[in-house]
Amino acid sequence: MADTADQGGSVSEPLDLVRLSLDEIVFVKLRGDRELKGRLHAYDSHCNLVLGEVEETIYTIEEDEDGHESVKTTKKQSEMLFVRGDSVVLISPQPAS
Amino acid sequence: MENHNSGDSKDPASFLSSIIGASVTVKLNSGVVYKGELQSVDGYMNIALEKCREYVNGQLRRSYGDAFVRGNNVLYISSEQALGKRYFYVVGVFNLENYK
Repeated sequence: MADTADQGGSVSEPLDLVRLSLDEIVFVKLRGDRELKGRLHAYDSHCNLVLGEVEETIYTIEEDEDGHESVKTTKKQSEMLFVRGDSVVLISPQPAS
Repeated sequence: MENHNSGDSKDPASFLSSIIGASVTVKLNSGVVYKGELQSVDGYMNIALEKCREYVNGQLRRSYGDAFVRGNNVLYISSEQALGKRYFYVVGVFNLENYK
């Protein structure tokens, strides 16, 4: 199961996509409706990540007195963040903005 | 050791490598669906998708040029093109609640 098709090209295994994003801004989707955007300093095969200049967005459901539910977003900034790989869902390189 | 497959053997891993480059639908355990072109898969079922679109409850949420999906979140990978049929590669227990 471990051997993947050797197609050549720059992305022959999925983690190559992450490798190509080193020192670039990445978008990371985490378990628990959290998202991160920051510069990828390091990663490993578990998807443990070290991110710099991070903005974290947390989505929570809020219910008002009438029982109406709405999505609330909370943002947090961090200078440097270590993310444990098991909470990672998706990693995507961000176009430079 | 029964083998129901006729012709060339099709174990799950060779199915996955045979659909590299195809348009695929990837559903996660959370119910979120990703559609895109399958760039690569590895033994953990980590997936790289090109031209990736994210659907939540059937609604388009986001688009990514490229996306890496960590394998432990994957429920199934479905190819639209393999041999002209629609195949599912099912991972783990198929929960009917997730399939609507």
